[in-house]
Amino acid sequence: MTVEIPKETWAGSVRTVTFGATASEGGTRTRSLTVGGQKTLPFLHFEHETPHPPLVAIEIKDHRPDDWSPLLLEAWGEAANDPVNWAKAAEAVGADVLVLALSLNGVDGQPTTPEAAVAATQAVLKASGLPLMVFGPGQPEIDNVLLVAVAEATKGERLVLGICEDKNYRTIVATAMANGHLITARSPMDVNLAKQLNILIKDMGLPLDRILMDPTTGALGYGIEYGYSVMERLRLAALQGDAMTQMPMVVTPGFEAWKTKEAKVGQDVPAAWGDWRERGIAWETLTAVTLIESGADIVVLRHPESVARLHQAIQSLMALPELA
Amino acid sequence: MALTGIQIYKLLPQTNCKDCGFPTCLAFAMKLAAKQVELSSCPHVNDAAKAQLAEASEPPVRLISVKSNGYDVQAGNEVVLFRHEKTFYHKPGVFLRVRDDESAEVIKAEITRAAGFQVNYVGRDLVLDGFAVEAVTGDVSKFTVVIAAVRDVTHRPIILMSHDPAHISAGLRLLDGEHPLIYGADANNWAAMGDLARQHGAALVVIADTLDGLTDLAEKLKDKGVNDLVLAPTTHHLGTALTLNTQIRRLALKKNFRPLGYPMMTLASHAPDPAYEAMLAAQAIAKYAGFIVLGHFQPEVVYPLLVLRENIYTDPQKPIQVKPGLYEINNPKADDPVLVTTNFSITYFSVANEVEGSGLPAWLLVTDAEGMSVLTAWAAGKFDAERIAKAVKEFGVAEKVSRKRIVIPGHVALLSGELEEELPGWEIRVGPREAVDIPAFMKQVLA
Ligand code: SF4
Repeated sequence: MTVEIPKETWAGSVRTVTFGATASEGGTRTRSLTVGGQKTLPFLHFEHETPHPPLVAIEIKDHRPDDWSPLLLEAWGEAANDPVNWAKAAEAVGADVLVLALSLNGVDGQPTTPEAAVAATQAVLKASGLPLMVFGPGQPEIDNVLLVAVAEATKGERLVLGICEDKNYRTIVATAMANGHLITARSPMDVNLAKQLNILIKDMGLPLDRILMDPTTGALGYGIEYGYSVMERLRLAALQGDAMTQMPMVVTPGFEAWKTKEAKVGQDVPAAWGDWRERGIAWETLTAVTLIESGADIVVLRHPESVARLHQAIQSLMALPELA
Repeated sequence: MALTGIQIYKLLPQTNCKDCGFPTCLAFAMKLAAKQVELSSCPHVNDAAKAQLAEASEPPVRLISVKSNGYDVQAGNEVVLFRHEKTFYHKPGVFLRVRDDESAEVIKAEITRAAGFQVNYVGRDLVLDGFAVEAVTGDVSKFTVVIAAVRDVTHRPIILMSHDPAHISAGLRLLDGEHPLIYGADANNWAAMGDLARQHGAALVVIADTLDGLTDLAEKLKDKGVNDLVLAPTTHHLGTALTLNTQIRRLALKKNFRPLGYPMMTLASHAPDPAYEAMLAAQAIAKYAGFIVLGHFQPEVVYPLLVLRENIYTDPQKPIQVKPGLYEINNPKADDPVLVTTNFSITYFSVANEVEGSGLPAWLLVTDAEGMSVLTAWAAGKFDAERIAKAVKEFGVAEKVSRKRIVIPGHVALLSGELEEELPGWEIRVGPREAVDIPAFMKQVLA
């Protein structure tokens, strides 16, 4: 007998978002990248083709971080000392996208200045042709000052600026609008809060194809189930036609996984936890794989080895199933 | 899938004889649909209707048990495709595979390590569920030697893996009295495997690479009287596995398609490399597998996989919480610090483990934040100065300590001003944002 495969048909689809501008588009990137466009749940190609694969981003800093897991610093080695070498190293290990996460303070312990933020961003743009996201240190007033300077200095590059939150989105959205950039909107693991923030940003006049959303996730063992289900619900809502949930999703499993004790700490932990290095990479990659299955369009990672693993998974998930 | 009252009514005699205690057959049918009465209350229903009603009342995904003395690994009885719709019920059993081309000594050493593996996660001990023995040499005696070696070390349930009925038969004889899982029945051996499964009361895995193939075999085996089946699509490819598992679960739940209404098995063990194996197993946990077979025992990978399984199978309607209160860690005295956090159990255990690990005594004040983490609770207004002050009073903290010093999580540093007003006379300190940094904070800042 031939089994009839049940197929869902959806009224809505995920919005297509393109970032990074090439020379002909007014920027300096070697290519632009597009995410979104799905008309089904992740990788169900038997219902509809998946137009764009999820992307793997690598997070780099403007200078060597002092609070990262020693495993990460060891893996990046000297490259982590400055954003130029770090960007090149990230591109060399196959990252699709770079995320430059600006630090609160410079190496001298003084607050990062707008000039320093611009210099770091421009250095990264010069070092690598990959599309770039720039995240502020995560403190509203400082983020605003730094990101406005960065946005103005890189007009036309179609960067993704982050992170917009409900308490702090106006300035970043305004500068993205004025300078031809995109933004990412983060909300704390809640479908309605995600929608609300998207509405506020849309109401400021930023075109919807310049908005990514970050519904926030927890690492494996630290609340991933909440992030996972919120992402599934957002994606289902998008497919059902709710326009304010149709933004492609970017999440930061690298940040989440590498702050867990399991990934960060190698000493004085139970022997049953096994090899530290492999545990850290597994924590990050398994968190990331689980999230692309629930709808993530961009996963931001930290360990170089995780890039290849995620690409291997994505390639397999994007291939048409071998249904004999 | 459950029938509606009207559908049930059509199967009843429709004579309204009242023998069931209800005025009409329709009234009885409605009660039956609501599962408030038993079908046996109607003495007049015929056998054909009975069979149809019994079939319809079966769960869409049959519950399958794999047992050995004292152990019972169950999969099935799932009712939703997405965990937020209700919950996933039966965590997939995670088994480690060994092969019969290894000596009994090597196998024993490996199984001893794996059977002894145990990690603690939010107060629960996580272990592997059992072992799979795969025949690769073609020598039945080697197969049974390895099974016996496993049984020398552990009593946990076993999956017997071979396409040869003679191997399986020998294995079943060795495991007499248990209910192992047989892997499995394919297009060539299904009749003999079906007989063995029935004779030994063992569940049988159906192996095929398409839905049509699985359906065909499952129906033939069902006709033979083999009721306890597990479906194993033969793929070790993430994309294909996702597609087939999704289609099978949808057919079972949405179409009540009986031939595929069984738990599924994922053979991560057959993945091309250990990193891919881990990702395939992770996908299987989120996407509907009932049994997962691993090929490598790597504690650093088994640990996150078992944790992921706990996470995905957490009931989303009930946040996991601990009881609010004042907890004593490392025997605190009156001048030791008070650390405050929320009653979300992941938060509580992260903090408690770190304080305990630091070796330094402290009081841990756990507030009622309705089971939310620090940041989520703060955003939702469930973890603020007022609530912290309330907990300080409610649990009599001031009576326990002489030095009134309270440490709040770094994520809510901005509460310190308000908290000073709420708790006059207390010294408010801002701790680190992440639990992992607590020991250093306690040693350097609080010492
Ligand atoms: S006993 Fe059976 S036939 Fe009689 S009223 Fe009840 S349901 Fe109908």
